[in-house]
Amino acid sequence: MTDATQSGPMLAADGTPLKKSLARSLRRRKLRALALIAPLLLFVLLSFVIPIMSMLFRSVENSIVADTLPLTVVELRNWDADSGELPDEALYAAFTKDMITAIDEKTHTRLGSRLNYEQTGMSSMFRRSGRQIKKLDPETDGPFKDKLIEIHDGWGDVETWRTIKTHAVPITNGYFLNAIDMRRTPEGAQAQPEDKQILIKLFGRTLMMSLIITASCILLAYPVSYLLATLPMRVSNLLMILVLLPFWTSLLVRTSAWKVMLQQQGVINETLVWLGLVADDARLVIINNQFGTIIAMTHILLPFMILPMYSVMQTIPDSYTRAAKSMGATNWTTFWRIYFPQSIPGIGAGSILVFILAIGYYITPEIVGGTKGVFISNRIAYHISSSLNWGLAAALGTILLAVVLLLYWCYDKIVGIDNVKLG
Amino acid sequence: MTNDAAFVEFQRVQKSYDGEILVVKDLNLSMPKGEFLTMLGPSGSGKTTCLMMLAGFETATHGEIMLDGRPINNIPPHKRGIGMVFQNYALFPHMTVAENLSFPLEVRKIGKDEREEKVKRALDMVQMGAFGSRRPAQLSGGQQQRIALARALVFEPELVLMDEPLGALDKQLREHMQFEITRLAHELGITTVYVTHDQTEALTMSDRVAVFDDGRIQQLAPPDLLYEEPENSFVAQFIGENNTLEGVVKSIVGDSCVVTLDDGSEIDAKPVNVTKAGERTKVSIRPERVEFNKDRLHADAHTLKATVKEFIYMGDVFRFRLSVAGNDDFIIKTRNAPDAIRLSPGQEVEIGWLAHDCRALDA
Repeated sequence: MTDATQSGPMLAADGTPLKKSLARSLRRRKLRALALIAPLLLFVLLSFVIPIMSMLFRSVENSIVADTLPLTVVELRNWDADSGELPDEALYAAFTKDMITAIDEKTHTRLGSRLNYEQTGMSSMFRRSGRQIKKLDPETDGPFKDKLIEIHDGWGDVETWRTIKTHAVPITNGYFLNAIDMRRTPEGAQAQPEDKQILIKLFGRTLMMSLIITASCILLAYPVSYLLATLPMRVSNLLMILVLLPFWTSLLVRTSAWKVMLQQQGVINETLVWLGLVADDARLVIINNQFGTIIAMTHILLPFMILPMYSVMQTIPDSYTRAAKSMGATNWTTFWRIYFPQSIPGIGAGSILVFILAIGYYITPEIVGGTKGVFISNRIAYHISSSLNWGLAAALGTILLAVVLLLYWCYDKIVGIDNVKLG
Repeated sequence: MTNDAAFVEFQRVQKSYDGEILVVKDLNLSMPKGEFLTMLGPSGSGKTTCLMMLAGFETATHGEIMLDGRPINNIPPHKRGIGMVFQNYALFPHMTVAENLSFPLEVRKIGKDEREEKVKRALDMVQMGAFGSRRPAQLSGGQQQRIALARALVFEPELVLMDEPLGALDKQLREHMQFEITRLAHELGITTVYVTHDQTEALTMSDRVAVFDDGRIQQLAPPDLLYEEPENSFVAQFIGENNTLEGVVKSIVGDSCVVTLDDGSEIDAKPVNVTKAGERTKVSIRPERVEFNKDRLHADAHTLKATVKEFIYMGDVFRFRLSVAGNDDFIIKTRNAPDAIRLSPGQEVEIGWLAHDCRALDA
């Protein structure tokens, strides 16, 4: 107990600072803990963190132009894009040299596809010109300006060179501008033409529909969770199995089942027609639109709302409601003033879970959403697998991630993440 | 007690949860206004069920429960106007202490000024006036308990039910709160039904104690009678420390009888649940009523030979464990007085008692 009287850091019995001594004694335990989580950490790193980081990086990465056409990019710096005149012979010579190298390495078509995202027709221009440029000899066949324009008149178009110059930067904001319905032009960021503006609308629709799905999940899940939490164990276990049953069924099967239910010749429409509630020629359109997506996704995400709600409600003791009633509160007052406020953490946890799952959902909207009921994730998937514009897909994904994090942050500010309980 | 008419009355009340087993069997109980009655019993004896029926959270399967002359079987709990203190206090965690207390007044549509005044008075009553803005989680167990008490009293109910309210407190705090609760109950003149399984609590707090076992009231009596004159062997065993010896009644003469114990020795006892010679009986004697000082016994009193097995020093009392008539757990207590005799293990003594201290009960 002499340590208490001396000034400065506390010392252990052998004179080393207490903090150091403590750290040393805990080191073994920390290393052991680290060794235990190492396999999972490695797995998560390799299969989750690194791919995501690399994908996020793709949303700004744009070295393809500078890598494929290094000499051209240098020459382009001397050319004034706003002059309205074609570049001079030196640039055409540099371009021919670059192209011949690129054609050897077969990278010119990739550059063509990349530039095609910005200006339609670039892809075929690069592909077609390739065959003929290959025959040129960069040392002897100059001057190249007229020859190239002869090969494809696109090389005589100022716009072509302006596009190449605009997208020659190694790090670009072009994909992000595309993702919010704008584009990178020599004059700076500009709005896309009206007929190409779909992404912001799609983002809005995704958020809106996710909110509707979350709200309908809350409405449907609350009474069920309440029942589960208050019924005797034997009955509630049985009900719980019914709630979990969809979990054990393939997502694809469930979604397809909704297709069977909702389509115009489907179970619901047939039944309504048979009952005479709906005329045969006026069958309800409840699939391949937003309604279909909302119904199917509410059903699929419902367990994610019920489970957190249930586990929170289970922890609310009977004695609270009893106490309230003994003090003279009616059933409704007891529920609204005592029970409901204590169940809010469950609603919060369920809502976050459902909303975040909904906002990135892909399979269900793809199958039952038609064209009007698809989400932003379907657009991302399209760019990943069909248009192969991975940069735009990555930008869309990054924005989606940012939106979710932002909402999460707002939620933390308003409700408080400490109030979220999963049980 | 302000008047003798029954304020709370159970009439032939029965309760079953599953239709097969009766948890409460034929309960009859009548309480005058202002009484502090404790329901005491082991867990599963039906005492909490009785309380819940009175509060309205359980319905009686058969029989009538009357409150102030009115049957209340069909009145929902929130219209009964009964204050209640729960085992785990049941303070609403999302409200401050003051809001908790204000809640019963709000649902009674009492105006804001009057509410605030009543809340303040109730908090002062339990010496918690400075804690109104705290949350229940910020209070210690004893403080929460006071708040729960104040909340049950703030709307001035005539009947307050308490379900093992002191179970979670440590010993010292519990003893303090026992005193506090009885003081408040008597000062405010409220009728109180208190449920506990702690017999000390029951004895120190109550006007009358109802000892429950097996769904029945085994004995309903003031604490002193309960301790000194148990009516059956369950009550004798359950309340306080007790020595039991088994035997057969040899003869009954008026207020006294002789019992032949299983090892052949004879003792004097007071017949309580035995009516004729030849009946089997359990005799019950309190440890502090056993004498091993022969001078204090009647000359013709029967005595028993005993061997001291153990001596336990407990400060204010000495406690001896003896082997008597085949019973190795026979306890004697003597006060630690200057002239007290200390027996040592192995010593042989002769013990006896006054006939009326030893009760011959049911076998």
